[in-house]
Amino acid sequence: MNAAPKISGVVSAIVLPLINLVVALLLSGFVVWLIGEDPVAALGFLIEGAFGYEEAIGYTFYYATNFIFTGLAVSVAFHAGHFNIGGEGQAMLGGLGLTLAVFWLGDVSPLLAIIGAIVGAALFGAGWAYIPAVLQAKRGSHIVITTIMFNFIASALLAYLLVGPLQRPGGQMPESSDYPDGIALTKADELLELVGISFEQSPLNVSFLIALFAAFAVWFLLRRTRFGYEMRVVGQNAEAAKYAGISVPKVTVIALMLSGALAGMMGLNELLGEQLRLIGNFTLGYGFVGIAVAFMGRNHPFGIVLAAILFGAIYQGGAELGFEMSKITRDMSVVIQGLVILFAGAMPHLFKRPIDALSARFKTRGNV
Amino acid sequence: MEFLTDLVLLSNSTLRVATPLLLAALAGLCSERAGIVDIGLEGKMLAAAFAAASAAAVTGSPWAGLLAGIMASVLLALIHGYVSINQRGNQIVSGMAINILVAGLAPTLANAWFSRGGQTPLLGNEARFTEITLPLADTLSSVPVIGDVYSNVLSGHSMLTYVAFASVPVVAWVLYKTRFGLRLRAVGENPEAVETAGISVVLLRYQAMIIAGILCGIAGSSLSTALGAGFIRDMSAGKGYLALAAMIFGRWKPVPTLLACLLFAFVDALQGRLQGVELPLIGEIPVQFTIMLPYILTVVILAGFAGKMDAPKASGIPYEKNR
Repeated sequence: MNAAPKISGVVSAIVLPLINLVVALLLSGFVVWLIGEDPVAALGFLIEGAFGYEEAIGYTFYYATNFIFTGLAVSVAFHAGHFNIGGEGQAMLGGLGLTLAVFWLGDVSPLLAIIGAIVGAALFGAGWAYIPAVLQAKRGSHIVITTIMFNFIASALLAYLLVGPLQRPGGQMPESSDYPDGIALTKADELLELVGISFEQSPLNVSFLIALFAAFAVWFLLRRTRFGYEMRVVGQNAEAAKYAGISVPKVTVIALMLSGALAGMMGLNELLGEQLRLIGNFTLGYGFVGIAVAFMGRNHPFGIVLAAILFGAIYQGGAELGFEMSKITRDMSVVIQGLVILFAGAMPHLFKRPIDALSARFKTRGNV
Repeated sequence: MEFLTDLVLLSNSTLRVATPLLLAALAGLCSERAGIVDIGLEGKMLAAAFAAASAAAVTGSPWAGLLAGIMASVLLALIHGYVSINQRGNQIVSGMAINILVAGLAPTLANAWFSRGGQTPLLGNEARFTEITLPLADTLSSVPVIGDVYSNVLSGHSMLTYVAFASVPVVAWVLYKTRFGLRLRAVGENPEAVETAGISVVLLRYQAMIIAGILCGIAGSSLSTALGAGFIRDMSAGKGYLALAAMIFGRWKPVPTLLACLLFAFVDALQGRLQGVELPLIGEIPVQFTIMLPYILTVVILAGFAGKMDAPKASGIPYEKNR
C-alpha cells in the first residue's frame, strides 16, 4: 500500500521530465530535418560535443555553472511567490560590481580582490533586484514587467560604461581593461593537477564549486532556517502569512535580493573564471534560461543542479553542432532550450495520464 | 516655426512606432481579459515578423506575408492556449518558452532558407505595405494647422497603422457591446459562473487566444513589412514587453491602453530625435541613456499606479472544471 505514492513520486520527478526531454529533442530533430540536415547525425554531434571528450565535459560544466546560479536565483524568488525574470540584468550588474571590486582591490592583494569580487557581484546583483522588489512589495507593481525593464536598463547602462568610463584605454570594443595579473578563479585542470589527475584545459573553474555550495546554501536556507520557512509560507499564501505575523513586504524584498545576489554571482564564472575583463552583454540569455532550469529542477536545489548540467550540455553540444553542420548555427541550441522549457517547464504533466494508466496496468498485473 | 515642424515630425513617427505596440497591447488585453497572462507577445510578434518577411520575399506580396504572419502567431497562441487551458501549466513559463523558442527558431530558419546570416532578403516596395496618402492630403497641406496635421501627421502611413488604430474601437465594441465580449470578460473574472451558465470556459479562452494571435500577427507583420523591409534578428526588441506594460498602465481597457501606447511611442520617437542633439544646460545625452527612456518611463508609471487592483481576477489562474 505504501509503495504506490512513492512510485508515482519517482514517476513525476524523473520519468515525466525525461519523457518531456525526449519529446523536446524529437521536435528539435524535426526542425533539423526541416532545414535539410540529418537529425540522427545532429543528435550524435550534440552528445559528442557535450560529453565526448574531456574539454567538452569541461565546457558543459562551465556553462552548467552559469545555469546553476540563474536557476537558483529564479527558484529562490519563486519560493517566495514571485517571478524574477530580471536575472539577465542582475547578472550584468553583478559583473559590474565584480569588475569594480577587482580594479579597486587588485593592487592590494589578489586574495582580497577575489573575495571583494564575490561580495561585489552578490551585492550589485542584489541591489539591482532591490528596486523592483520594493516596487512589488510596497506598490504592487508587476515584478515580471519591472524586472524585464531593468534588464533593458542594465544592458544600456553597461553599454554606456563600456564605451565610456570603463572602456579599455585606446580600445574599440565595448569591454574593460583586463583584470590585473593573477586575479582569476583557479581552472579545473590546474586544481585537478594538484591531486595528480590530468584533465584537458577548459574554462571550467572553481566557480562550479561555489555554485554547488550556493545550491547547498539555498537548500539549507529554505529547509532549515526560520526565514526560509517564512519565505515559503509567503510564497504559498501571502494572506495567511500576514495573519501569522510575517511581514510580507520584508520577506518579499529580502527573498528577491537573495535572488538577485545569486544571479549576480554568475559573473564569477563568466568573467573572473574565463573572460578576465568585463564585456558587454556577457549574460547571453543565461538569466532567462534560469527560469527553465528552476522549473525543470522542480525548484529543488538538487534538481536545479541536474537541470543546469542538462542545459549546459545542450548549450555546449549545440555550439559544436553549429560547427559541424553547415546549415545549423548556434541559434539551434536556443531552439532546443525553448522546446525543453515548453515541454519540461510549462507542461510537466503532459504525459502523466498515459504513464499513470501504464503503471496502474502493471500494478494490477503484479497483484494477479 | 521650427518647433512646429519638429512637433509634426515627432507626432508622425509616434503614430508609426505605436502601430506594432498598439496591436500587441490589444492582443494582450484580449488574452488577459479572458484570464490568460500572455508574456509571449514578444515571441509571437517576432515569429509573425519572420513569417511575414519570408512569405513576402518569396511571393512578392505583402498580403501573403500578412497571412503567413497571422498564421504563425495564431499557431503559437494556440500552443500557449493548450498549455494554459488544457495542461493548466504555468503561463509565464509557457510565454517565456515561446519567446526563447522563436528567438532561436527565426534566425535558424532564416539562415537555412535565405543564407543571409539570420536575416531575410530586403523587401522591395511592391512586397511591403507602403505609405498611403489619404484623400485630399496634398491639396489640404497648405491649410494652416488642420491641413498640416491632416497631411503630415495623419496621412502617409501604411495600411497596417490605420488597421491598428481602427482596432481600438472594434475591440472596445466587441468587449463591451456584444454578448461574446461580455462572456469573454466574465471568463477572466469568474470562470466558475460562466461554466455554471452553461457556457464553455475552454472554448471562450481558445477564442480569445485566436483573437490575440491575429492581432499579434498583424503587429509582427507590421514590423517587417511596413515599418521595416525584411526580418532582422531580434527585431521585436522588447516591444512585446512594452506592450504588456502599456496594457497594464491602460488598466486592461482599450482606450486607456491606446493612450498608454501613444505615450510609449512618443517617448520612443523622442529618444530617436534626441540622439546627437545638444540640449541647453544638459548638453548631449549619451545614446545609451536615451535608449533607456521608454523602459525607465515604464518602471516609473508602474510604480505610480498600483496595477494589481484592476487586473482581471482569474487572470493567470488555470481553470479546473470539476472542483
